[in-house]
Amino acid sequence: MISSLIIVIGSLVIIVGLIVFNGASSISLEMITQTPSGGYYLGKGGGILNAILGSLFLALPATAFAYLIGLGIALFLQRDFSHPKISIFIRLSLDILWGIPSIIYGIFCLMIMMLLGIGTSLIAGIVALTLLELPIITRYMDESIKMVPHGLKEGAYSLGSTRFETALKVVRKQAAPGIMAGVLLGLGRGIGDAASILFTAGFSDNIPESIFDSTASLPTMIYHLYSSPIPLVRERAYAAAFILLLIVFSISILSRYLSRKLTKHVIV
Amino acid sequence: MFNESVKIETSNLNVYYHKNHVLRDINVRIPAKKLTAIIGPSGCGKTTLLKTFNRLLEIRDNVKISGEVIVDGENIFSSKKDVSDIRKNMGLLSQKPYPLPMSIYDNVAYGLKIHNHIKSEELYERVKHCLDEAGIWKEVKDRLHDPASGLSLGQQQRLCLARALSVEPEIFLCDEPTSALDPIAAQQIERLLDKLKNNFTVILVTHTLRQAKRLADYVIFLYFGKVVEQGSADELFNNPRNSETKAYVEGDIS
Repeated sequence: MISSLIIVIGSLVIIVGLIVFNGASSISLEMITQTPSGGYYLGKGGGILNAILGSLFLALPATAFAYLIGLGIALFLQRDFSHPKISIFIRLSLDILWGIPSIIYGIFCLMIMMLLGIGTSLIAGIVALTLLELPIITRYMDESIKMVPHGLKEGAYSLGSTRFETALKVVRKQAAPGIMAGVLLGLGRGIGDAASILFTAGFSDNIPESIFDSTASLPTMIYHLYSSPIPLVRERAYAAAFILLLIVFSISILSRYLSRKLTKHVIV
Repeated sequence: MFNESVKIETSNLNVYYHKNHVLRDINVRIPAKKLTAIIGPSGCGKTTLLKTFNRLLEIRDNVKISGEVIVDGENIFSSKKDVSDIRKNMGLLSQKPYPLPMSIYDNVAYGLKIHNHIKSEELYERVKHCLDEAGIWKEVKDRLHDPASGLSLGQQQRLCLARALSVEPEIFLCDEPTSALDPIAAQQIERLLDKLKNNFTVILVTHTLRQAKRLADYVIFLYFGKVVEQGSADELFNNPRNSETKAYVEGDIS
């Protein structure tokens, strides 16, 4: 028990500590309010606002799409709609999709972009992230919807509710804490992923003005900064990593708070 | 068998779960606006029979049903019948109450909202009326917007009754509705059932013989998936024709 505690807490402390220790000196207001000026990657002024906003512009819509599509699939997978044999097959496929490395989603989207003649852009990055998050969010929602007691559905059906009314108004509410947890898990995964957006969203020093503009993101920014031979710029990579960690931590705290709020209506 | 009008009638009803033949050639008649108790030992098919009446059985896997269930002269398995309408016509009280995952008020308003376009003042009046009929209004009137999950089991069961009343059914299907409750809450439910039978056809599945004796007008005795005997409560309890019925009502088998 003690060793598991040491391994878990220890790795958390070391990771966060290393990033704060190396990046703290580079954190400044300028860093989160400005886009990179010409010499930023050589150690001159500017910030990484383009990457912070880019990450949010990529991950938030992708999570929203993955939620909407995933909710539909997860509700369909229940016995009320789908034949159990079909559901088993869909669940298996989702589990395989979950295991596909994100770089492969990136390459897949790149192939489609080349077919359609679209360059690196916000929209392509959103599509890649949606694909990446979809199996995670769907399977998580599916597991929590599966736990909804049969008697609760029977109660709703006995009032004359249709399958759709029961699924959307009763089952979804009962499973809400699990659904929320799944969505935030997907968001956390999406916002931190570099490989899927490396080829799809590209990189840019500007804040994207349309969905067809290329955009930076925190993971790709960290990659660029850390590749620099200049120590000052590498410190900035740590600072960017620190900002990314802050965002991910806030998501996880928000998820706990919202789950607790949503739990109050759940019937045990 | 009886003079009252028949509300539900089954003809050669058979139900199979996987390969188990759980109900065998069930032919019963259930009178309107009376309380009919279905009694029998655990696992004899009481709940299964109850859930064929509102077609809830069909949402389970591997269920096969043959025969007819005739409600008000129409077979509920006929393709013309809308399954929502059949279910809406039969309020359900289950062993463990399952309120909907929403507020007390919304639990009762849910049924009203999905079937009608209704103004909010009228909705309030209807919700109040249903809660009052279920004998729970006084206890919840100051916390209508609290989650239903915070109520005691007895209150949840009465809330489920109020919720069922909201869609104006003609029949109540009660599946051992007092088995999860403490004696006082159980007594409240029994009183409500006794009141309901004046206006509704009530079917009560119970494995408590004494409850059936207290409440039932008519009794159906099921044993290993077959109807052994059916008739008025008076006759079946005091003068059973069948030796198995006699053994059961006298407590020799259970």
